Amino acid sequence: MTDAVAAAAPTTRATDGRLTTADGKPLKAALARAQARNKRRAFFLVVPLLLFVVVTFLVPIGQMLSMSVNNSAFYSWKDRDTGDTIPLMVDLRGWFNENEPGTEPDEAAYAALAAGLAHARDIKAIGQIGTRINYEVSGTRSLFTGTSRKAERMEPPYKEAILDADEEWADPEIWAAMRSASKAFTLDFYLAALDRTRDADGNIVKVDEERAVYILLFQRTFVLSALITLMTLILGFPIAHLLATLPLRHSNLLMILVLLPFWTSLLVRTTSWIVLLQSQGVVNDLWVASGLIDDGNRLQMIYNRTGTIIAMTHILLPFMVLPLYSVMRPIDPSYVRAARSLGATSWTAFRRVYLPQTVPGIGAGGLLVFILAVGYYITPALVGGSSGQLISNLIAFHMQKSLNWSLAAALASLLLGAVLLLYWLYDRLVGIDNLKLG
Amino acid sequence: MKKTLILTTALIGLAVGASAQELTVMSWGGAYGKSQVEAYHKPFTEETGIKVISVDADNPATPIKAQVEAGNVTVDVADVEYADGVRLCDEGLLEEIDPSILPDGSDGTPAMDDFLPGAVTDCLVTSIVFSTIYAYDSTAFPDNPPSTIADFFDLETYPGKRGLRKGAKANLEMALMADGVAPEEVYGMLETDEGVDRAFAKLDEIKDQVVWWEAGAQPPQLLADGEVAMTTAYNGRIFNAAVGEDQPFVTVFDGQIYEYDGYVIPKGAPNLDLALQFIAFATETEQLAEQAKWISYGPARKSSGPLVGLYQDGKTEMGPHMPTAEDNLKKALASDFEFWADRDTELNERFNAWLAG
Repeated sequence: MTDAVAAAAPTTRATDGRLTTADGKPLKAALARAQARNKRRAFFLVVPLLLFVVVTFLVPIGQMLSMSVNNSAFYSWKDRDTGDTIPLMVDLRGWFNENEPGTEPDEAAYAALAAGLAHARDIKAIGQIGTRINYEVSGTRSLFTGTSRKAERMEPPYKEAILDADEEWADPEIWAAMRSASKAFTLDFYLAALDRTRDADGNIVKVDEERAVYILLFQRTFVLSALITLMTLILGFPIAHLLATLPLRHSNLLMILVLLPFWTSLLVRTTSWIVLLQSQGVVNDLWVASGLIDDGNRLQMIYNRTGTIIAMTHILLPFMVLPLYSVMRPIDPSYVRAARSLGATSWTAFRRVYLPQTVPGIGAGGLLVFILAVGYYITPALVGGSSGQLISNLIAFHMQKSLNWSLAAALASLLLGAVLLLYWLYDRLVGIDNLKLG
Repeated sequence: MKKTLILTTALIGLAVGASAQELTVMSWGGAYGKSQVEAYHKPFTEETGIKVISVDADNPATPIKAQVEAGNVTVDVADVEYADGVRLCDEGLLEEIDPSILPDGSDGTPAMDDFLPGAVTDCLVTSIVFSTIYAYDSTAFPDNPPSTIADFFDLETYPGKRGLRKGAKANLEMALMADGVAPEEVYGMLETDEGVDRAFAKLDEIKDQVVWWEAGAQPPQLLADGEVAMTTAYNGRIFNAAVGEDQPFVTVFDGQIYEYDGYVIPKGAPNLDLALQFIAFATETEQLAEQAKWISYGPARKSSGPLVGLYQDGKTEMGPHMPTAEDNLKKALASDFEFWADRDTELNERFNAWLAG
């Protein structure tokens, strides 16, 4: 308080020409001190929110990014009883360090491998190691678990003993994968997320066609999201216009109709669509009853791409309507009337006068719907069948089922990157300050 | 302020005190989950006063693996398929279970002789034998009902949608058996790339017509809704819908794949001692026999067999509905746990790519 009073006190000009307060302090410093106090207070008010954002948003995203380039499954094992971290495959990693990539594995390498396998078997880490290499070279998990069972009883020469256990060990691709998995930093998961892999010489090549899936799903996700955004715009624009132009007592009722589904649980809305659209569902029953289609040719509208598009368009519609409405509400109807009175046709008046004023709403609604659609997963999982799955469903698969969290993180990071890129493009083309979210 | 503090402290104290006498068991929900609640959970609570909390998952093996890897285990006991139990044990994600805690059979047979061969492993105690079968709605095919696994893949004679579990396991084996491979050759063939290709080629024939299910409770629902004409399912779920709820569903045991299923304890379970106590109790002769009154899964102890009588409706003989009944084993495949413990990851990867393409 005293500082503020001091700052507000009449100023005098000091001998050196600077402004000072009555007690001789430089005015600038006094003001800064008074403001710093307020700033501190304001900062303490937002600290809880800041901490919340850091803990629940920034830290997990950071962890995700680091997990996508770092997977320690091959070289370290966490003992869950004691909490200790035990290094794995020590000798083999040593051999990798001493020898250039592409070196033909010699007896020393095989001996190191046998020792590593036996050790990993002993502490039950072999499943983890096998799973890690299996991410790189499909079909090798059983190679590790199988050989490790015999590793303890192996005797020199180890090369022979291991190749005896399984001749697949001669495959240079497996050695390249083990070398790559020994490093703390790896881009392999990003390669996998783009349907690429490394061959034995370390060149980046496409994976077998029968295993390629991610690029297809990225494409599908972006195409479907764009389509859904367009559909919500086509459906939402007239609704928002109606809401904005009707007298308040009518538009309030309409607004509730828009908001009611918005407040309803996502799962309820999705399962309602299953009830409506399934082949023995309400819509098909009505069409059959009215004779439009016959009983044998009921339309398949769910458990495929159509189901995903219909359900997601409906669910995301309010996110388009609300920003549009908030932009349309303050548009003065006299502009369009003026254009009409000056001779514009109704189409020209709409296109040249009304539409440009709604662009911030279209941009906001479009961006909102698109970004939400790109990351949607529960609705496609329930109604998408196989052709309506999006990339998020595979991220969920790797998070929850295959537990390849590094790959899930790489896929999610790519998705995040793509969304940020779109955001940047939007900013360049339309301008982000042109956005009106409500 | 002080008052609230005391109050919350007291509440927290209460919560901690209560949680010491609670046990969380994760299982598969639906009719199977109910059979466990009736046969294991309720008697356990009656006898010990320990509250059992049931949690459901589509397949408990995946959430418990995630929990252990994330170091945040909330489940004490989980019910998993045998192959998953072996795999998770290999990966060090499960507590080992000392077989000496298992009581002898009610007829005096030592526990290890009483259980079916291989039913007790380092980390898993088998409770049931279940099977993946396919079932159809009898009203859909009144004249010439399907009877073999090949009929499931025959869209010409038996048109209509098919329900399949979203995953590689069981689907690949069934596809090969439908393609004429003898049950004993199925796994040998799936070890080779050609065999896997052949299985996917067979699945390709019906891919357009498939509705994929994930939770065990879905197939009876899909059949009841008329959404599919036939679907693969766990045999007990179809039994409960057909016998318990009078649905016109018929189970086809030709080409069935049977497997053990049992209890495991995730590493770092919060109530390890209670979990062991629960598993020992639930896999006693009487409890296993009691469960068979609620769902048509075979008990894992030999001594339970003679005690299994009628379904809880008091009139349906359970025997013929068990996957292990002699008539049902004519063309049947014992699920190879080693095969799936080793290849689950890679075949599901291929399955996903196949599904999306």
